[in-house]
Amino acid sequence: MIRTMPRSRGTALGLKLYVILYFIFLFAPLLVTCILAFNDSQFPSLPWKGFTVEWFTGDKPDRLGIFHDQINIDSIWVSIRVAFFVTLLSLGVGTCGAFLFEQEQFPGKQAFYFLMISPLVIPGVILGISILMFSTTLGVFFENHWGLDVALFRPGFWLVVLGQFSFIATLVTLVVSARLKKFDRSLEEAAMNLGASRFEVIWHITLRFLKPAIIGSGAVAFLMSFENFNTSLFLVGSEATLPINLYLQVRDGSTPVINAISFLLIVGTSMLALLNLYFSKKKD
Amino acid sequence: MDKNGMHDRLRWGLLLFLTPVFLWLVLLIVLPQIDLLIMSFRVESGYGDSSWSLYNYRQFFEEPIYWLTFVRTAVYSVLVTFLTFVVALPVAFYITKVVHPRFQGFLTVLLLLPFWVSELVRVYGWMILLRESGVINHFLLRMGLLQQPVEMLYQDATMIMGLVYTSMLFMVVPLISALESLDNSLIEAAYDLGANMGSILYKIIIPHATPGIVSGSIVVFMLTLGNYLTPNLMGGKNSLWFTEQIYNQFIASFNWNQGSAFGFLLLFLSSVIVWLGLKLTRQNLRKVVQ
Amino acid sequence: MMQIDLSVQHVLKRFGDFTAVNDISFDVESGRFFSILGPSGCGKTTLLRMIAGLAELDSGRIEIRGKDMAGISPNRRPVNLIFQNLALFPMMDVGANIAFGLQRRGESKSGIREKVSAILDRVDLAGFESKRIDQLSGGQKQRVAIARCLVLEPAVLLLDEPLGALDLKLREQMKVELKKLQAKVGTTFVYITHDQSEALVMSDYVAVMNHGEFEQIDTPQNLYSRPQTPFVAQFVGDNNAWSGTIRNCEGTVGEIETDDGFHFRSELHQPLPVGAAVDLFLRPESMLIQPDPSLPDLNRFEVVVRSTLFDGANSRLLVHPVNAETELLVALPQTHQYDYIQKDDTIEIGWATPSGICFPK
Ligand SMILES: Nc1ncnc2c1ncn2[C@@H]1O[C@H](COP(=O)(O)OP(=O)(O)OP(=O)(O)O)[C@@H](O)[C@H]1O
Ligand SMILES: [Mg+2]
Repeated sequence: MIRTMPRSRGTALGLKLYVILYFIFLFAPLLVTCILAFNDSQFPSLPWKGFTVEWFTGDKPDRLGIFHDQINIDSIWVSIRVAFFVTLLSLGVGTCGAFLFEQEQFPGKQAFYFLMISPLVIPGVILGISILMFSTTLGVFFENHWGLDVALFRPGFWLVVLGQFSFIATLVTLVVSARLKKFDRSLEEAAMNLGASRFEVIWHITLRFLKPAIIGSGAVAFLMSFENFNTSLFLVGSEATLPINLYLQVRDGSTPVINAISFLLIVGTSMLALLNLYFSKKKD
Repeated sequence: MDKNGMHDRLRWGLLLFLTPVFLWLVLLIVLPQIDLLIMSFRVESGYGDSSWSLYNYRQFFEEPIYWLTFVRTAVYSVLVTFLTFVVALPVAFYITKVVHPRFQGFLTVLLLLPFWVSELVRVYGWMILLRESGVINHFLLRMGLLQQPVEMLYQDATMIMGLVYTSMLFMVVPLISALESLDNSLIEAAYDLGANMGSILYKIIIPHATPGIVSGSIVVFMLTLGNYLTPNLMGGKNSLWFTEQIYNQFIASFNWNQGSAFGFLLLFLSSVIVWLGLKLTRQNLRKVVQ
Repeated sequence: MMQIDLSVQHVLKRFGDFTAVNDISFDVESGRFFSILGPSGCGKTTLLRMIAGLAELDSGRIEIRGKDMAGISPNRRPVNLIFQNLALFPMMDVGANIAFGLQRRGESKSGIREKVSAILDRVDLAGFESKRIDQLSGGQKQRVAIARCLVLEPAVLLLDEPLGALDLKLREQMKVELKKLQAKVGTTFVYITHDQSEALVMSDYVAVMNHGEFEQIDTPQNLYSRPQTPFVAQFVGDNNAWSGTIRNCEGTVGEIETDDGFHFRSELHQPLPVGAAVDLFLRPESMLIQPDPSLPDLNRFEVVVRSTLFDGANSRLLVHPVNAETELLVALPQTHQYDYIQKDDTIEIGWATPSGICFPK
């Protein structure tokens, strides 16, 4: 039944059929979404009424394509900005975390490590509400004691960034740590011996060694942030991110514009995924 | 670097690395969780001031709708985890052990591709497939298999399927890496010694893949328990998920104390089940994470 | 007098209660090839790391070209180290590896390019600038590592068993190349190894190290022919060993009764009292097979051949004395003169008084 063994026809065929069905199950919703983005109909459903790209380019009020739909475009822009800052922050702090847990010794390291991985075990919704509440508590405290009204403590752009960062940083830390584990520390000593200062050693040797892991986890961090819903749900202010915005539209009835957006997302993320894969393959 | 030799430098480095990590964990994880816990033990008295009380937790146990949702969520999450495993195992097995190595990489990529796409898009895809005016109904009516369109969305079974679909990735990937490390000759030897498919599965494959199964299950369970989108968009009006209760308390009723209690209960539940899972299979979290 | 490039004085290093380097002192003159030879774990790497500044001394003093190195961090010391595993930077190509140190000094781009190509020429790797590290063979990596250090023109180049990772054939070849290279560039080399043949072939001076201490610092010839401690006698080259007692002593020649009952006359190098317990060492090539009966002053005895250990020019006979179980190695010159010797033959062995190496216990 494994490829090195003679196998019985029946089980082999059954397994193959199962895997084919599985892949249909996997791709059916995505394919249907993409196809219906081009249906010349007011609703994302069959029957097929002909091919159109108006859900992308249309500018009439009843056929407002995504390229003219300011609300959705705004939310995409918000999501990109959020993802950018989350990626930046997570890479910075996550890389520090990797150095901290792989190369430094300090009392309480073990406990601190468990704290670092705990965001993986805390549901995203709870991260969202706890950060919302804590920031409100801080906001009230600042207001009462110093009469300060700090915008950061109210739901909004930066709170979404912080909320997503709180668990994406764990992912970056783990990925970068895994690579740092494979680093031969005598390379650092060699660099120092050749005249590099501690800072130059980290910059030219260690970080360069970590580069593939940093780029890879950065791409994943960007996507995770771009698609995050659970944590952001509680932290958004007036600027909705794309998933939140789409959610509101899907919940209250939908038009093929959503299919158009989905189509762009599917194509975009697939390209990013393949690119990422291509580069990680090339590295090996 | 020699520890004695580079003492000052090391301390300096430690501080540089520790500070951001410390700020992150304390400000965004520890203190908010403590705040959550404190809030759940307080009630507003109506005039803006609040006092300590177990009221929020009493409320949870006294209102059947709350604890029933809680139990439903827990039971369904376990069910989803199990189903995900059952669905994913043959696929992982096929890809690692059966298919020609030439297609292995391609199939793996194909397998992961849908999960790079936002969960919302995937759920939306299911919605336009399954709803009353959806694609599947359209075809069934066309073929004459149905006289009347049926609503396939907004049912528990659909919701469970959606949850399985959503979390599939996190089961398939650890399973594939676990099975990849399983030496083919073990299966051959077992076969040679007279074992059949079933006993090979139970005696060889599953024991070997246990670490992968456990880590996959934990992640799937966690994500299912904390999922909001899929139950909300695919589940029926009376098949509430516990995260929706939390949302209602926070956003609709604006009762943050009650919401905190719910949040804390959910956190407690997930920690207990993860801990139980680890204990039962004698794994530890550190290993599972890696 | 020649300039002293490296001076190590009373250097001591402990790890917990374990003393890895125990009060070591030595000087290396400019342009010398100086080796430190010792068994694995004797503290060689530790000593080298202290010279390079990668480990702190517990006490003692290290001077390079007369300048005290205390408190000078590794990146400011005029020494370079070739690591046991070479530590080439895999994320850079050959050119970038060699340019690394020059860039740290802020040298100009064109100057760097010239120096890199000149040094690659030196180590016979001209035109290798853009090769990746994993495209190089073991011997080429070796030379890149050396070039990467030499391009900085260090006062002293430290080498930590750089040939350890190579296979035997390549090692033999690199030994000669390294020696030639050192002669060509004239940089002071401090070379550590646990392979006595490497040390003997390449070095001007060799220090034999054991348990964190130097047993003897000498020229290779002297180490071989005049070992000053039993450890050196056994570690450098092969030796046959007996233990015995002084029965008679005239000047520096003594009569020794070995524990298995032989009476030998041997050079003592120093007067010893009658009754003193001694170790007696004898090189395999000091023993003559079937010596001419006319030769005077030979210690002669009969042995039984156990087996022939054929190893080309280095072939030996494994024998034991007729009435004893001690195993002895006897050099077997490949001149066909001794082809008649068979297993279990009894033959006569003789050795001359000055060949004996004797130490009091
Ligand atoms: N950082 C350290 N902490 C504790 N003990 C150490 C440390 N570094 C080395 N040692 C000990 O010091 C002794 C000498 O080590 P060193 O690496 O100098 O040996 P070596 O002569 O280079 O051996 P080899 O030929 O195997 O490389 C060893 O017994 C080793 O266990
Ligand atoms: Mg060593």
